[in-house]
Amino acid sequence: MNVLVFAEHIDGSFKKSTFEAISYAKAITGTSSVTAVVIGEIDSSKLSELGKYGASKVLHNSQALYNTFDGAAYASIIASAAQKEQARVLVISNSYCGKNIAPRVAVKLKAGIVSGVVSLPKIDGTSFIVRKPVFSGKGLADVAIETDIKILAITPNSYQLNESPTDAAIENIQSDAQPACQSMEIKRVTGKIPLTEAEIVVSGGRGWKGPENWGMIEELAQILGGATACSKPVSDMHWRGHEEHVGQTGITIKPNLYIATGISGAIQHLAGVSSSKVIVVINKDPEAPFFKAADYGIVGDVFEVMPQIIDAAKKFKASSN
Amino acid sequence: MKILVCISNVPDTTTKVTFTEGNTQFNNTGVQYIINPYDELSLTKALELTEAQGGTVTVINVGLVDTEANIRKALAIGAHDAIRINATPVDAYYVAEQIAEVAKNGGYDIVMTGRESIDYNSGQVCGLLAEMLGWPGINVITKIDIEDGKAICERDIDGGKEKVSCPLPCVISAQKELTEPRIPNMRGIMAARSKPLQVLEPTSNEPYTKISVYEMPPAKSSCKMIDAANAGQLIDLLHNEAKVI
Repeated sequence: MNVLVFAEHIDGSFKKSTFEAISYAKAITGTSSVTAVVIGEIDSSKLSELGKYGASKVLHNSQALYNTFDGAAYASIIASAAQKEQARVLVISNSYCGKNIAPRVAVKLKAGIVSGVVSLPKIDGTSFIVRKPVFSGKGLADVAIETDIKILAITPNSYQLNESPTDAAIENIQSDAQPACQSMEIKRVTGKIPLTEAEIVVSGGRGWKGPENWGMIEELAQILGGATACSKPVSDMHWRGHEEHVGQTGITIKPNLYIATGISGAIQHLAGVSSSKVIVVINKDPEAPFFKAADYGIVGDVFEVMPQIIDAAKKFKASSN
Repeated sequence: MKILVCISNVPDTTTKVTFTEGNTQFNNTGVQYIINPYDELSLTKALELTEAQGGTVTVINVGLVDTEANIRKALAIGAHDAIRINATPVDAYYVAEQIAEVAKNGGYDIVMTGRESIDYNSGQVCGLLAEMLGWPGINVITKIDIEDGKAICERDIDGGKEKVSCPLPCVISAQKELTEPRIPNMRGIMAARSKPLQVLEPTSNEPYTKISVYEMPPAKSSCKMIDAANAGQLIDLLHNEAKVI
């Protein structure tokens, strides 16, 4: 079964989620090939990185007009590539960019699409089933895709990287799709890990009393190489930006480690974080509902507990370097 | 300006989710349904745009008759009229096909959706509609201005924000911060009763995907408590026992 992956990059660097998508595709191809599509200018040495995870072919469109993102044009390039390669499955990372493109590709190819996939497909004869969280993580659903071509938008950090070194043959492709959207300005926070891709997340709630106290959360996140997040009230009071709000009406995340500090654990918050592999809860209220969803708990005042953890994390990092 | 706002009928965020009939159906017993919160932001923004520049706002929902309470709520908030496609919303593709059928000949300048619905979390309808209509689409927007026949938006991108413009007509999806939701007042509620609500039958398309079974997320076994006086021990446990750092 030929599988095509959209290999997203940011300013010429592939994201970890891109390598996850290639690893995922490699796991379902069997003996057939994984082809990656890359759009926009990027160094050719970078393209060969895709071979490390099993892409045997890279289709590269380097036309300058596609250096900025346009969903319609990108979808057109990807759909043409899929037809050329006779791909039966397309794997796209469910990033903001992927969320824009994947449905468009589905319409072009008349393909069934599932977004937020967290498992490899179960394939049995003609049945093809993938799993995804529903109700923002309050439940899981097995979804059958009944079309010939299938599109899977996979959740970042839900499939591990697997090396499977192959020499990736690089082929240039061209398109005449005209972008309709015009990018006017891009502001990216540099030196910070995007929350949706972070393996470690340190999060704060109302227990911190005000935005001026966020230093400790940022410090612990920085020591552990993680991202910062917050609860809905914190974002609603504008202590932190909405892009940090995790929960049912915010972002759903799936890190390896989620450290919740000063958050009681309302059902809407738990929905957004419950698929984290390990959850640590620090709260002064021993009855906080979050403890029922936690792996490790500390009952105590965040202002007293956090300095000890920061101190221990510093010592740990110093000794492991 | 004519704006079409797509609203989805979803369980309230406080809903305790359970499944029934051998885990093949969502158990809606006692569940309160609301307008999907992101769709409500789109609706409010649509009203703000038409109040500033003139125009009308139509809401559309794909659902059975039980969704009409929330359609009336959207009318009470300020939408001018409403359309309900009389069908069960089986998957996003099916829903988008029904809405595209209405939108393509409706003369709309903007079709608005939410970033995702909080029940199935797919976030596909914006992109599906844009492609079905052959229009530009900008998803996850936190700001929109209309100038000279163009939509100028700010949208979330991975690790930042982008300012982007596209010509009308277009499809957009709302992210938190686009605006604040409005609460309907008594006059709005009274007026909503007599606003037009048109019911259309669906075009008969077969869905491409089907949920075969639901499952509850695995429960945490038990929480290991650490003494607050010895909190630094956590780091050791995370490294040696949980192996996540």
